[in-house]
Amino acid sequence: MTASVEQRTKQCPLCGSRFGCAQGRPGCWCEGVAVSRDALAEIRSSAPDCICPECLRSFAERDGAEGARVSAKAVPDAAIKSRALAPLWAVVAIASLAASLLLGLAIGPAQIGPAAILGSIASHLPATHWPSPLSSVDEAILWQVRAPRVVLAALVGAMLAVAGSAYQGVFRNPLADPYLLGVAAGAGLGATLAIAYSGTGADNPSLLPLSAFVGASVAVAGAYVLGRSAGGPPGATTLILAGIVIALFMTAVQTFVQQQRSETLREVYSWILGGFATSDWSAVAAILPYVAISSVVLLLHRRVLDVLRLGDDEAHSLGLSVARTRLVLVVAATIGTAAAVAVSGLIGFVGIIVPHSIRLLVSPSYRAIVPLSLIGGAGFLVLADALARTILSPGELPIGVVTAFFGAPFFALILRSKRGVTL
Amino acid sequence: MRAALDARAVSVTYDGARVCDGVDLTLAAGEWVAIIGPNGAGKSTLLRAIAGIAGCEGEVHLDGVSASGMTRRQLAQAIAMVPQQPRIPDELTVAEYVLLGRTPHIGYFATESRADRLAAERAIVRLGLRRFVTRTLGSLSGGELQRVVLARALAQEAPILLLDEPTSALDLGRQQLVLELVDRLRRQSQLAVVSAMHDLSLAAQYAERLVLLDGGRVIAQGTAAEVLNEDLIRAHYGADVRVIHDDGQVYVLPRRGESTWVH
Repeated sequence: MTASVEQRTKQCPLCGSRFGCAQGRPGCWCEGVAVSRDALAEIRSSAPDCICPECLRSFAERDGAEGARVSAKAVPDAAIKSRALAPLWAVVAIASLAASLLLGLAIGPAQIGPAAILGSIASHLPATHWPSPLSSVDEAILWQVRAPRVVLAALVGAMLAVAGSAYQGVFRNPLADPYLLGVAAGAGLGATLAIAYSGTGADNPSLLPLSAFVGASVAVAGAYVLGRSAGGPPGATTLILAGIVIALFMTAVQTFVQQQRSETLREVYSWILGGFATSDWSAVAAILPYVAISSVVLLLHRRVLDVLRLGDDEAHSLGLSVARTRLVLVVAATIGTAAAVAVSGLIGFVGIIVPHSIRLLVSPSYRAIVPLSLIGGAGFLVLADALARTILSPGELPIGVVTAFFGAPFFALILRSKRGVTL
Repeated sequence: MRAALDARAVSVTYDGARVCDGVDLTLAAGEWVAIIGPNGAGKSTLLRAIAGIAGCEGEVHLDGVSASGMTRRQLAQAIAMVPQQPRIPDELTVAEYVLLGRTPHIGYFATESRADRLAAERAIVRLGLRRFVTRTLGSLSGGELQRVVLARALAQEAPILLLDEPTSALDLGRQQLVLELVDRLRRQSQLAVVSAMHDLSLAAQYAERLVLLDGGRVIAQGTAAEVLNEDLIRAHYGADVRVIHDDGQVYVLPRRGESTWVH
């Protein structure tokens, strides 16, 4: 129809003749041809690509002028798409994560350079028989001290950030973080009980994380049940309120226990501040399954999170079972967060700052926010932990201090540079 | 011919109050019915009940199939709904928002296919929104947004379209534009349209049948000439109006007189 649109020569898959095609760009000749839905379905099933004007016209003439007709166009306009995760951003994110991991492994009192670390990693790969460039002491430092710590920080950071992004989507609340429904208070109470009534846990090192995990899960389950008692499947606001009530109650119990056992105050406080000082591979192994399952579930829901933005009623009328979806997402985010908190204590800020930075810098769609939060959160916490153990070396700063101290100004900068963008 | 929509004795109860009380509503494909009635008459509730958002008693059949046996997804493939005040995520683009309308056709964990993008494009083209596709919703005017929301519902490609006050936020020209669009779409695609409407003159001009609701019950139904009369409007809207019949059309004009509000 219009000669102004740039056309590519194609061969018709039905008759073999050559014709010009604008590949879905507005103004292609095919936009002017209307066929019935049945004919369109038939064309789609018999031809893998666009067909020529002659063939298309024969379809259009075949069903006469009756019934509803639709455009015969076979290739959509390239502009009609969702901004999913751009490959460039995925590459940038993965490269930054790799750099953070390498930096995290390289920083410490013993001098181990990046090249030596890469060499050592290569020597540990299956099917390679290269000798490690490191001495056996450095090998032990790298693989028994630093690596578990760095990997644990990456897992916890990834989990907190991805859970934060999911919570923000599920509750349509930019201030939501992974601790919204009482995870922090529940884990705090669990940890306090474990510390107060079982000594330092030296005889049973897994008691504290287990107790924190159970406390966190009980808190969120309690919030959900309480929200439900308001009648029907709980809406977003009801759940948040129920979470606040549960958190207040659990904090009260925790304070009472602390008063009763004031000699354990210091230990409880240091757990609450969070950190990775005592990480080992067993902690990594303990949380890996939870983090993996939780992340996969949240990643699979990234488009659904975009649908939820339309509100409960509209998501409903688009065929989504809102209450069930919300439950699945909350359970997945909670299990992963509870596991992360159990081994690392309460690390704030990651779950808010990472998703929002991505929302402002990359894309407002959860299709980008969820996967990039996973990668960005991991890199961010590895770097924060590297700072936490170098600034006061040989002492350590609580990691929560680092995430807030560096995270807050960074976030302020992003907010300033994107004035006028609604969260 | 099987009715596109056949609702029988639809009742909705909120906190013990009957908001919708035994409403019957039947529509053929390509037909447009306007639900009219004063505020709180149950218009929105009726639409929500038909769309399966509000739980209801009674029977709803869609093209002969009982809605109670359908999954949410199947229901969403059969009925598209434009709510009175849709939630607009400002930062999404028009294309992204319209594509969300394809949700009932996309697998739960899947992303949209080429066919979904084509359907969204058709809806966008039909509502004249092509030059807006990459614009964010936050940058659009009220009239443009209303068309975008309509495009999203249209992209759902459901044979039944429910509109809750589709023109309440628009100026006179935009109201006509949107209603003309709906009229053209339902003729082209044989859509069955049910719209809750406040403006009685517009309802009379566009819908083939009017259903007057009050207190959740059907008070009257039929053509505009049958339903719209001064006594009925005074009794149920508490409004003093003049109904004018002109050249086969019915117009309802508000008139200042002794207030009937104090009954």
